[in-house]
Amino acid sequence: MIVAQQKPLEEIKAMIAGAEKVLILGCGTCVTVCFAGGEKEVAILASQLRMATRLAGEEKDIREFTVQRQCEFEYNDLAADHIRDADLVVSLACGIGVQTVNEQFPQKLTLPGLNTSGLSQPTEQGVWEERCQACGDCVLATTGGLCPVARCAKSLMNGPCGGSQRGICEVYADRQTPCVWDQIYKRLEALGQLDRLMEVHSPKNWSTSRDGGQRKITREDLRL
Amino acid sequence: MSDNGYKVGSNLEKALKAGYFAATGELGPPQSADRSVVEHKAQFLRGIVESVNITDNQTAVVRMSSISVAVMLMELGIEPNIQMTCRDRNRIAIQSDLLGAHALGIRNLLCLTGDHQTFGNHPQSKNVHDLDSVSLLQMCRDMRDKKVFQCGDAIKGQEPRFFLGAAENPFADPFEFRPYRLGKKAAAGADFVQTQLIYNMGKFQEFMRRVVDLGIHERVYILAGVGPIKSVVAAKYMATKVPGMEVEPQYIQRLTDATKGLPSPEQIKAMEPKEAAQARKARKDALEGEGIRICVEIINACRETEGVAGVHIMAIEWEEAVDEICRQAKIGPKYDPARQTTE
Repeated sequence: MIVAQQKPLEEIKAMIAGAEKVLILGCGTCVTVCFAGGEKEVAILASQLRMATRLAGEEKDIREFTVQRQCEFEYNDLAADHIRDADLVVSLACGIGVQTVNEQFPQKLTLPGLNTSGLSQPTEQGVWEERCQACGDCVLATTGGLCPVARCAKSLMNGPCGGSQRGICEVYADRQTPCVWDQIYKRLEALGQLDRLMEVHSPKNWSTSRDGGQRKITREDLRL
Repeated sequence: MSDNGYKVGSNLEKALKAGYFAATGELGPPQSADRSVVEHKAQFLRGIVESVNITDNQTAVVRMSSISVAVMLMELGIEPNIQMTCRDRNRIAIQSDLLGAHALGIRNLLCLTGDHQTFGNHPQSKNVHDLDSVSLLQMCRDMRDKKVFQCGDAIKGQEPRFFLGAAENPFADPFEFRPYRLGKKAAAGADFVQTQLIYNMGKFQEFMRRVVDLGIHERVYILAGVGPIKSVVAAKYMATKVPGMEVEPQYIQRLTDATKGLPSPEQIKAMEPKEAAQARKARKDALEGEGIRICVEIINACRETEGVAGVHIMAIEWEEAVDEICRQAKIGPKYDPARQTTE
């Protein structure tokens, strides 16, 4: 899923400084599941901002609303009145939701309340680890189902590099992040497919990734 | 130059092909635009080793560029071996730099992935990693041998020709895969390999046994990475803090014992200035002497190890030591007795 984290409160406070009526707009999909921007988080942030602005002697009218999926126009239609009535919208959706609302309601500025940080897997309660970088040319078939693009700090295609020790990647200060190439090695060994690692992988085609510019998928079979 | 059986005809290639036990050195460029730093370090390496590696912003700290230092070294009579990482340049920039490097007369190239930028002084920078060390080798080999750019377009005119090097760390994990990864680099185009610093001879010898069993030493010249340790603190740091490095406890013990019987730093503090200076020097000499002795022992052990074609001496910020190491080990163009008649 898409995961995100709330921006520091100070940053959000600074963003809304000039506004009187502020709508905190949540999203009921990915960011709800990762506890960053659902109904509950909207309520918490709204309370924090009410208290903070009151303490600062400039109490604002902070409103709350959460749509089911902020990245699609039809869901945001339900929030139209709330958006129009506010001076400013702080979206607690991912970057896609923020842009969708801006595009749909161009007369109102919608600001990001979250930092969107990846396509991740919840690996334990309260922990999300990045698993996919949406490179547009999936290599998982050759790497035992573990992604080196997203999970190797250097996106190596011919790992592991010399910084892999006891299964841990040297890059992370926590000294606890697994070396994905070590994991790939062990997985392919268990599958009896170590010969896959002997292939020299030529330079990857990054044009399908962000490097090729903004990606756009058009499915003629689905168009109306 | 290329019709004599050599790929490029560099000193390094010639020494290795002739079967001499080769010695290469290393020079870290300055973190400034000061040419005199390069000149100062160069004087300790000239004529002593076959070629000198010039690091490419090692540990991701901004330094003078490798190719520009290579030109300075050539002017000073030293053969450079430029290092090129995939961290800061994409395939367009790398190929462009290599066209220029060949035109400037550079003939040795070490292909690396590069240290991650979080280790350096610009941790907020964006990294590139368009290629990795293996695909970089492949690209450079194809530019040289197939006269094509990475995209497949023909190189019309002079192709960039380099004696291609790779690095390998026998102490990284998974240990069982390391010899195979070396083989992969040979398959991708490596002509020579320089290993991580060796302070665990037993593990290195086990690595080499596996490399020899696979026949990789016949496809690529393997230079064992060695270097003198200057202090107990440095040895302990490498043993515990540097990922991918192993230092046998015996070396730490020997460095600790080297200053036995000499006044301790605490005792020196209580001395008169002149006496203290002498005592400090005695400690320094004892430590450095032992550091060099250990290094020479490791070189001798490497020389006895099947499949090792030479050593890569990394005397980082201690270039002065290289001459003494080569003298004691009797290696390199200056001190190898086998070469005194022909060189």
